Amino acid sequence: MSNANTNTSKKTDEVAIQLNGVHKWYGQFHVLKDINLTVQRGERIVICGPSGSGKSTLIRCINRLEEHQQGDIIVDNIELTGNLKHIDAIRREVGMCFQHFNLFPHLTVLENCTLAPIWVRKMPKKEAEEIAMHYLERVKIPDQALKFPGQLSGGQQQRVAIARSLCMNPRIMLFDEPTSALDPEMIAEVLDTMIELAHTGMTMICVTHEMGFARKVADRVIFMDGGEIIEENVPEEFFNNPQSDRTQKFLSQILAH
Amino acid sequence: MSLTEQQYAPGEHPDLPAPLGEAGLIAWFKKRLFSSIGNTILTIITLYFLYDVLSTVIFWTLTGATFVGETKADCTLGGACWLVIGDRFHQFMYGLYPKTEYWRPNLTFVLMILAIIPVLFDKIPHRGKFLLFSTLFPFIAFFLLSGGLGMETVDSSDWGGLLLTLVLGVTGIVASFPIGIVLALGRRSNMPIVRTLCVCFIEFVRGVPLITILFMASNMLPLFLPEGVNFDKLLRALIGVALFSSAYMAEVIRGGLQAIPKGQFEGADAMGLSYWQSMRLIILPQALRIVIPGIVNTFIGLYKDTTLVSIIGLFDLIGIGQVAVADVKWRGLAPETYVFIALLFFISCFSMSRYSLWLENKLHTGHKR
Repeated sequence: MSNANTNTSKKTDEVAIQLNGVHKWYGQFHVLKDINLTVQRGERIVICGPSGSGKSTLIRCINRLEEHQQGDIIVDNIELTGNLKHIDAIRREVGMCFQHFNLFPHLTVLENCTLAPIWVRKMPKKEAEEIAMHYLERVKIPDQALKFPGQLSGGQQQRVAIARSLCMNPRIMLFDEPTSALDPEMIAEVLDTMIELAHTGMTMICVTHEMGFARKVADRVIFMDGGEIIEENVPEEFFNNPQSDRTQKFLSQILAH
Repeated sequence: MSLTEQQYAPGEHPDLPAPLGEAGLIAWFKKRLFSSIGNTILTIITLYFLYDVLSTVIFWTLTGATFVGETKADCTLGGACWLVIGDRFHQFMYGLYPKTEYWRPNLTFVLMILAIIPVLFDKIPHRGKFLLFSTLFPFIAFFLLSGGLGMETVDSSDWGGLLLTLVLGVTGIVASFPIGIVLALGRRSNMPIVRTLCVCFIEFVRGVPLITILFMASNMLPLFLPEGVNFDKLLRALIGVALFSSAYMAEVIRGGLQAIPKGQFEGADAMGLSYWQSMRLIILPQALRIVIPGIVNTFIGLYKDTTLVSIIGLFDLIGIGQVAVADVKWRGLAPETYVFIALLFFISCFSMSRYSLWLENKLHTGHKR
């Protein structure tokens, strides 16, 4: 079967991310309810669920784009608190790709990729450019390096965004609905890039509705609804034998077409 | 009966006359200016008015104007009497600056041009070194103009005319831009004290007219200072003008900051850039580009507002102009004086607006809508 989980998992016993009893509120609204999650190094996790279920908020808490109010988040053995040094340290090690790419439109593709290595890692410009070109080649758009993001297609922009994150040589990659803003024919090129990345053993957490991707590369699929983790399982079991009603309903809706 | 109403079988349509010329100057005139009787009448009326106005303007400024002569009595042609400008040209340029020291403002002016070029254009070789000079220029200019270290000291109350206008305008622009950026960032800060201070300053300064700030600076401030402490009058005016326009600048820049999508801040944060790095490298370059028209608008407004210092007794271009108009020898030549001043202002302001257009085009990177 073509969409079976084909790659051998690179999962290790080392813990990359740990969330213990994490709660978050937006005002009165309880977005995250007692989230407990442990991600091993090299593990690939897909988070899915209906919109408003808190899945984006969850991964945005991991690099502190959102602040959690209760519970512990430990990333790469560093605990996320209000301590700015810890936040910066975590952000250096955690790459993120957004639904709307968030490339910097006033900089060229190459400058987008070299910015953080130069200013955050204090890397010499030349070295940063070499690394940037290496990753741009890996996402198959080295020829666009001198263009501005506004001159690229959506799929190309998302691939640049992936390359930009990889230039920081992160240990963990977060993907927040990376294909949701793309046309169908561009989704494939981005997913291919992500699958290739998964094969390198990168620790990945992807919020996505691409169930084919989940089947192919995920070590674990997590289903969220109403701010809670409802179900988590290996893809095979998750898709073929969902335990909860809500998961069944969600899967039947999303896999209907 | 028109041809279109009549029906013809296919192939039986009679040949139509060849179309009249559709290209060339005459066709252009025909099509745009004389296409109908109404249009023709409008064209003729407009041409008459244009002729009437232009001929008067040209007569007054050029053909009927007097350029050579000694006194007002020489102006007999009926047009402008430009002799007043020639007679008082040095005052228009330098105010009461000592005649023997004119080389100093002249040199400062040349150095100013050299200092501005690397700031305005980024494609010149060795820009970094030139920018260093630009940073040093204000100090060099101050030293050159006020004297000291073996050069005759010239009191700032003797500075005047275009020299003073440029000193006020350029200092105001150079100072208000960074202060405005800091105020704008402060107003959006998460820190309540910083934010409150910035909001209070901006709202207070925007709430009062420049003229009251200048009056306060020139008349009231000395009352509050201890005896013997005395600020230079020009310095007080400069601070007033700079603070005033920085409040406006802050609001213009804040507008730009608010136009930046949240994703840009998040993108910068997610990569581990610090607050100041993300502001300097990501947010401000985009925000400032968006508000170039507003920034230049404020600059032009500030440059023209410097004329208000004539009310607190500084002799900028307007102040010198008023002196010229009051001169018994040249009585009644106010139009000539003010037209000349207007021309000087127009040259500066128009250059600024052209530069801003050029800059907008240059910075456009495929995201322009």
